[in-house]
Amino acid sequence: MKLRKLVVTASLAAIGLSAALTAPATFAAEEQFFPVLAYRTGAYAPNGTPWANGYVDYLKLTNARGGVNGVKLIWEECETGYATDRGVECYERLKGKHGGATVVQPLSTGITFALTEKAPVDKIPVITAGYGRSESQDGSVFGWNFPLVGTYWMGADVLVQHIAKKEGGFDKLKGKKIALVYHDSPYGKEPIALLQERAKMHGFELSLLPVAHPGVEQKATWLQIRQHKPDYVFLWGWGVMNSTSLKEAQATGYPREKMYGIWWAGAEPDVKDVGDGAKGYNALAMQHGAEPGSKVVKEILEKLHAKGQGTGPKEEVGQVLYMRGLISAMLAVEGMRAAQERFGKGKRITGEQMRWGLEHLNLDQKALDNLGLAGVMRPVQTSCLDHMGSAWARVHTWDGKKWNFTSDWYQGDEKVLRPMVISAAGKYAEEKKIVRRTAEDCKK
Amino acid sequence: MAFFLETLLGGLMSGMLYSLVALGFVLIFKASGVFNFAQGAMVLFAALAMARFSEWIPAWLGMDNLFMANVLAFAVSVAIMFVVAWLIERLALRYLVNQEGATLLMATLGIAYVLDGFGQTIFGSDIYKIDVGMPKEPVMMLESVFEGGILINKEDFIAALIAALLVISLSVFFQKTATGRALRAVAADHQAAQSIGIPLGRIWVIVWCVAGITALVAGIIWGSKLGVQFSLTTIALRALPVVILGGLTSVPGAIIGGLIIGVGEKLSEVYLGPYVGGGIEIWFAYMLALVFLLFRPQGLFGEKIIDRV
Repeated sequence: MKLRKLVVTASLAAIGLSAALTAPATFAAEEQFFPVLAYRTGAYAPNGTPWANGYVDYLKLTNARGGVNGVKLIWEECETGYATDRGVECYERLKGKHGGATVVQPLSTGITFALTEKAPVDKIPVITAGYGRSESQDGSVFGWNFPLVGTYWMGADVLVQHIAKKEGGFDKLKGKKIALVYHDSPYGKEPIALLQERAKMHGFELSLLPVAHPGVEQKATWLQIRQHKPDYVFLWGWGVMNSTSLKEAQATGYPREKMYGIWWAGAEPDVKDVGDGAKGYNALAMQHGAEPGSKVVKEILEKLHAKGQGTGPKEEVGQVLYMRGLISAMLAVEGMRAAQERFGKGKRITGEQMRWGLEHLNLDQKALDNLGLAGVMRPVQTSCLDHMGSAWARVHTWDGKKWNFTSDWYQGDEKVLRPMVISAAGKYAEEKKIVRRTAEDCKK
Repeated sequence: MAFFLETLLGGLMSGMLYSLVALGFVLIFKASGVFNFAQGAMVLFAALAMARFSEWIPAWLGMDNLFMANVLAFAVSVAIMFVVAWLIERLALRYLVNQEGATLLMATLGIAYVLDGFGQTIFGSDIYKIDVGMPKEPVMMLESVFEGGILINKEDFIAALIAALLVISLSVFFQKTATGRALRAVAADHQAAQSIGIPLGRIWVIVWCVAGITALVAGIIWGSKLGVQFSLTTIALRALPVVILGGLTSVPGAIIGGLIIGVGEKLSEVYLGPYVGGGIEIWFAYMLALVFLLFRPQGLFGEKIIDRV
C-alpha cells in the first residue's frame, strides 16, 4: 500500500514538475507563439531530437538577442512520434494556444500532407524546410505551404546532376542503373516522379526498392541490389533505416562510395554507429552541413549552453540535424521579422501577416552575416509564387569520423522542375477546386 | 541458382534471429500462460543496459579492455534484468493470479510501455553501439561452383549459432530440471500447481528472469547488428508470426517457425515483391502465419486443446 502511495505521489510530482518546466505559458501582447512539433521518443528519436534541440535553441537565442524588435518568442513542444495522427492532434491542440499559432513546422511529410488541407482554413503557414510536397513550391496554388530552401524533387535532381558530372555528362548516364532505396511512406515516395522523368530524359534504368517502416529489415532489399548490381544507389531513408542500409551495404559488399543519400540521410546519427563501415558514403547537404565553427554556434554555446540554458547536450550543437532545426527556426523568425517591417515593428503578427513575411524573405549575404550564418548557407529569396525560394545543395562525404564537403554548389534545373511543379500543382488545384492566386492577390 | 541459395540462406539466418525473440514469448507462455506483449520492450531495455554499461564501465574504471568491459556490462545487465523480473512479479503479476488470459495480456502491454519509457529515460533515446567483436564484412563461398560465389554474412551466421545454443540449453532446462518441470506445471494450472506446493510467485520470477536473459542475448545480437535504439521493440512484431506458426508452447516450434518465416519473407520479397510494388515481407509473414492457422490453429508444434463437455 505504501509503495502504491509512493508511486502515485511521485507520478503527480513528476507531472507538476514537467508542467512547471515547459515554456512560458502566460500570454502577453509582446509575445509571439511558436508551436514546436517534435519527436524525442520512438523509432525516429535519434534524428528528431537534434532537430528539435536546434530549433528550440534558436528561439532561445533570439530571445537572448532581445527578441524580434522587442517581441519575445514563446513556444510549447508537442510529441508527434513522427506519426501523422499524433502530429495532427498536436497541431489542433497548439494552434489556438497563447494567442494563436502563426506558423507550424511538422518535420514529417506525412503530417505535412494532412496539414496542407487545414492550413488555408486556419490561416497558419506550414514551413517544410527540405521536406513536404514538392509541388507546394507553387505559391499560387499552395498558398500556405512553404517548402523553403529545398524540395525532394530539387534534391533528386541535384543527385542526378552530380552523378552525371562524375560520369562525364548526362549522355554518359544512358544504360546506367540507379536503384532508389526508399522509406515506404509519402516521404520516401516523393522523389520517384522526378527520377522517372530524368530516367526518360537520359536513358538510365531506375529500380525502386521500398523499405517498410521503420526500416530495420533490409536483407532482401540488399540481396536484390547485389543481384542487379546498380551503378549507384540513392538512399531516401530516415532514422534507423539509414544506418541499417549502410550496414547491409557493408554486409553485401556494395561500395559505399556509390551510395548517395538525401539530406535526411546524411547526418551523424546515420553513420556514427556504422563508423568505418560508412566510410566513403555520400549524402546531400541542404545548404549547410555540420557547422561547429560557425558564428551562430559559438554564440549559442556562449549565451545558452555556458549558462546551463541550452537544449540537449553541448556536443550536439553544430551537428547536421541540429543545424537543420536551427535554420528552420531562423526562417520562421525572419519571416516574422519581415512581416513586422511591413505591418508594424514590435507588434505581434497574425498568420496572414506571417505568410506575407515568408513570401517576402530576402536573406542576403549581409543579413546572413548579421545572423551569424556566414559560410553556413547561401542567400535566400522567396516570392508569392515561389515558396521554395533560392535552393542550393552540396554533397558531403563521411570519412569515418566526420562529414566533409566534396562537391561544388548545385541548384535544381528549373527547366525540368518548373513544368513538373506547375503540372502537379495544377492537378491539385483542379481536384480541390482552388483558384490560383494572381499578382493582385499577392499584394494583399 | 546462386542467388536463390543466397536468399534462402539469408532467410534462414534471419529466421534464427527472429526465433531468439520468439523464444521469449514461448518461455513465458509455456511457464505461466501469459502472452508477454512486453518481450520487445524487454529486448530494448536489456540492450540499452548492455550498450550503456559497456560505455560507462570503462569510463568509471579507467580501463580500455573491450572484452572485460563487455563481460562486466553483461553481468550488470543480467542483474538489472533480474531486478526487472522481480519488480514485474512484485508490482503487477502477483495481483493477477488466476485472472483471465486477456487481463494478463493487458498487464504485459502496460509493462511494455513502462519499460519503453523508463529505459529511454534512464539510458537515453539516441542510437548506441554494442561492440562484441562481431565480424561485419561478408565472405564468399563456393566460388568454384557458382560464378561470383555465394555470399554469407558472418555476423548472421554466428548469431544463428548462438541462437541454436540457447535453444538447446533452454530445452534441457525445461525437460530435465525440477524447476523446468515446476514451470510447466504452473503453466498447466495455477491453482493445481499451488495446491501441490509449487510457489507461484517464485516460479514467475524465475521464468521472467530466464526470459530477461533471452531478451538480453537477443538484444546484444540485434543491437550489435542494427545499433541499440527504439526500433528494436519492433523486432518483437517480427517474432509474432513466428510464435503463431510454431505454436506458443513449443521451443522447437519457435525455431522451426522462425526459419519458415525468415525464408518465406525473404523469398517473397525478392521473387513476388517486384510484381506488387515491393515492401511486402512484413505483411507476408503474417499472411503465412494466418494460412497456417487455418489448418493448425494451435500452430505447428503447439498443444492441441481439447475441452471435454
